Amino acid sequence: MKIVIINYGAGNIQSIKFAIKRLGFEAVLTDDVNEIIAADKVIFPGVGEASSAMNKLRASGLDTLIPTLKQPVLGICLGMQLMCNSSEEGGTKGLGIFNVDVVKFTNKVKVPQIGWNEISNLKTNLFTSVKENSHIYMVHSFYAPLSNETIATSNYDVDYSAALQKNNFYGTQFHPEKSSVVGEQILRNFLTSNF
Amino acid sequence: MLTKRIIPCLDIKDGRTVKGVNFVDLRDAGDPVELAEIYAKTGADELVFLDISATEERRKTLADLVLRVAEKVNIPFTVGGGISSVEDVDVLLQNGADKVSINSSAVKNPQLINDLAAKFGSQCVVVAIDAKNIDGKWIVHLVGGKVPTELNLFDWAKEVEERGAGEILFTSMDNDGTKDGFANEALARLSTELNIPIIASGGAGTMQHFTDTFKDGKADAALAASVFHFKEIEIKDLKKELKNNGIPVRL
Repeated sequence: MKIVIINYGAGNIQSIKFAIKRLGFEAVLTDDVNEIIAADKVIFPGVGEASSAMNKLRASGLDTLIPTLKQPVLGICLGMQLMCNSSEEGGTKGLGIFNVDVVKFTNKVKVPQIGWNEISNLKTNLFTSVKENSHIYMVHSFYAPLSNETIATSNYDVDYSAALQKNNFYGTQFHPEKSSVVGEQILRNFLTSNF
Repeated sequence: MLTKRIIPCLDIKDGRTVKGVNFVDLRDAGDPVELAEIYAKTGADELVFLDISATEERRKTLADLVLRVAEKVNIPFTVGGGISSVEDVDVLLQNGADKVSINSSAVKNPQLINDLAAKFGSQCVVVAIDAKNIDGKWIVHLVGGKVPTELNLFDWAKEVEERGAGEILFTSMDNDGTKDGFANEALARLSTELNIPIIASGGAGTMQHFTDTFKDGKADAALAASVFHFKEIEIKDLKKELKNNGIPVRL
């Protein structure tokens, strides 16, 4: 199985690579279009600021490639947010895969949300063997509201999408690579399921 | 519901843990990676590595350590100690650190907070503040509490939030090492006046102290070293106790 992590200069890629290695798989970091197209599974990471991350994607042409991918794709954190229609952060136009607009938490809560929160209403094989209300690690100031593409819900300020899915595209707001054994199960599900 | 975090802190010198630890199951008591793995398995929510080495090779040693920790540990971790530039941070984040903690360098060059937040995002910028209560005023100190500054804790905390810090790690020098509990009054004021998470540090001695700092001190996370390293408190027991006291934790 060929696993690639899209490398566009945004994010904590090393941690994802190591997490996959701990599960007994190898992942390749790449920005090569042909290598990405040929992969069995694609991971689209992201940490940092939305508009500058999107600019990096555009500069490398990956913004047009990603929405056309046919194999399972998993966006993580900012990666998931960039797969949405837009983000309030930096007035960013996204890849338009998920039909939802990312917005900022209000000042009624501390921003960023940092720490372990629960996920519930779990749907799809991504969450096979994961219990309702399991804890996962979140770090973010912006969130995707609930939509008909929501496959996991979390609550902070409001109920929001902890994970999204449309066709072959999956996205998690949380960091499976930093979410202990629960995160490992979710990553393993993504790598081993025939979606 | 977002849970309160329990964070063991490991002091590191030349790539090794400094303070003694009382873990009979450790093969190598000085290996931070092995200790980190045990903490990750036994319920720690996050880890902090504080580098106190003063050698010329410290940057490389710390970067190597971060890479080794990232390879083995499946929970988030922060590194701090002697970090003073965007380049320092770039290497540590690339090697797998989730956050960096800056202290003296932020006081000396506050613009560093803005630069780090702009380049890497606020979520990975922790500003550590050490302060002492002197005649009723909380004064920020440097060099582990040895050198007083002109800064007032609450003014400085507000400034670092405005400059883009994602989190504040507040250590009360009056409480640190006493095992008499955290500085909950100051912590509660920080938590009320600021809108970013506050990590309480300094003074942990009993499980009740943790309950108090989450309830009275309104802390979002609590950091401690020796009570965990010497197994005076087991994190699993602590979390059960916190849960019994109505504090949300990850069990």
